[in-house]
Amino acid sequence: MADAFGLALQLVFSGDPNLHEIVLLSLRVSLTATVLACLIGLPVGALVAIARFPGRNVVLIVMNALMGLPPVVVGLLVYLHLSRSGPLGFLGLLYTPTAMIIAQTILIAPIVAALSRQVLEDLHSEYAEQFRSLCLTKLQTVQALLWDARYSLLTVGLAGFGRAVAEVGAVIIVGGNIDHLTRVMTTAIALETSKGDLALALALGIILLVIALGVNAAVQSVRMTAARQAYV
Amino acid sequence: MKIKTLGAATIATFLAGAAWAQDQSIIVQSTTSTANSGLYDYLLPMFQEETGIQVNVVAVGTGQAIQNAENCDGDVLLVHAKPAEEAFVEAGYGTSRTDLMYNDFVIVGPEDDPVGVSGMEDVQAALSQIAEDGALFASRGDDSGTHKKEMALWSDAGIDPTEASGEWYRETGSGMGATLNSGIGMGAYVMTDRATWISFDNKQDYEIQVQGDEDMFNQYGVIPVSPEHCPSVNAEAAQTFSDWLVSNAGQEAIGSYMVADQQLFFPNAPAN
Repeated sequence: MADAFGLALQLVFSGDPNLHEIVLLSLRVSLTATVLACLIGLPVGALVAIARFPGRNVVLIVMNALMGLPPVVVGLLVYLHLSRSGPLGFLGLLYTPTAMIIAQTILIAPIVAALSRQVLEDLHSEYAEQFRSLCLTKLQTVQALLWDARYSLLTVGLAGFGRAVAEVGAVIIVGGNIDHLTRVMTTAIALETSKGDLALALALGIILLVIALGVNAAVQSVRMTAARQAYV
Repeated sequence: MKIKTLGAATIATFLAGAAWAQDQSIIVQSTTSTANSGLYDYLLPMFQEETGIQVNVVAVGTGQAIQNAENCDGDVLLVHAKPAEEAFVEAGYGTSRTDLMYNDFVIVGPEDDPVGVSGMEDVQAALSQIAEDGALFASRGDDSGTHKKEMALWSDAGIDPTEASGEWYRETGSGMGATLNSGIGMGAYVMTDRATWISFDNKQDYEIQVQGDEDMFNQYGVIPVSPEHCPSVNAEAAQTFSDWLVSNAGQEAIGSYMVADQQLFFPNAPAN
């Protein structure tokens, strides 16, 4: 363990260009996937939160169950579609960061949708009468709910990001863990573990944790600044 | 609107990037031992300097590498399971197969060697001993080149270890490195290729116990994926890479790769 901490510090402060590249790609892939997943998941979550339709309970169960999508299954499904012998093979996207973004988006969009649905539904039941008295349209209701719940939804986004940046099963299949092209933190950790270099693997794990901390701290500070200004 | 424009621009950039990469680079579907031992890190810069072709390596087990290549997701196949490779070429998926290099398999085990196979050269006798005593044995169990070889050796010894699967015979279903990690963790014997073993960093008290049998020979081959089967492959660059590996320059480079003062791969492409 001590070795790993020392190695982690050494890697960070020596400004290793490979590490730099891997960290940046991890952030680029997982942050892009998080943004895309929010663009898909938030409207879906909001719609299901306020709409009442037959079979809604089944939709809720399915949405919640999809939060448990196994990354390796998502990876395999995306691989089968993007493979040259698959229906989207002509795009030539397999073994590119784009393929990794697609896989992670599919993985976390259900998390964003299911969690935001719960948050927005709770909020909606609180304000339902007020909305009715104001005669808001569905679209206006959705907009008002999303805006009012924005801080809770940030946490929902972070949950999605956490899942994306930590998973290895999907990105290793569709990205191929190619050096200087599709290697990210988690696939590098898996590689070093398989080489038996456990200290380096753990050091990379520590760095990944610190990055996750950094992203969360950044979001938290945005949230606090915004909240403070709201009261000025 | 802004988001849409941004999204479209991002997608366009990605697509352009992918198209550009295709002209300049090839993908090698490879066995793991050649990647994990650092051979590619040593060879590929030389090749790239000479030809300008960027080689991207996807290192998976031989079974998965062959499957991926069959799906046209690679330009070159570099693995170590001769019968499966010949079948691949025969089915029209590859243009031709060339012997590239060899090393050998070894059986590693804990220092105290509980069943006393240390120093044995006859691999069948060693496997029989392990099976008879029910000593723990960790197998890849993943249809990789090493796993295929291991199954062939068991079969030559007249033993079906899978009957004891979950008892003394443990199929990890993982790569070589992961299997070594778990085998060492549970004190099991493990069969591995010598290159992976020499460059493996988590040996703990493990040593090579069985080596030197002719049956433990490990031949690597290289196959360019056929453009007739896969019109999307970069056939010219794939052939250039394959030709370079078996050329004098490539063979010398392979032979000069050392880890811990030991040669990992022995070039044996037919003279040209």
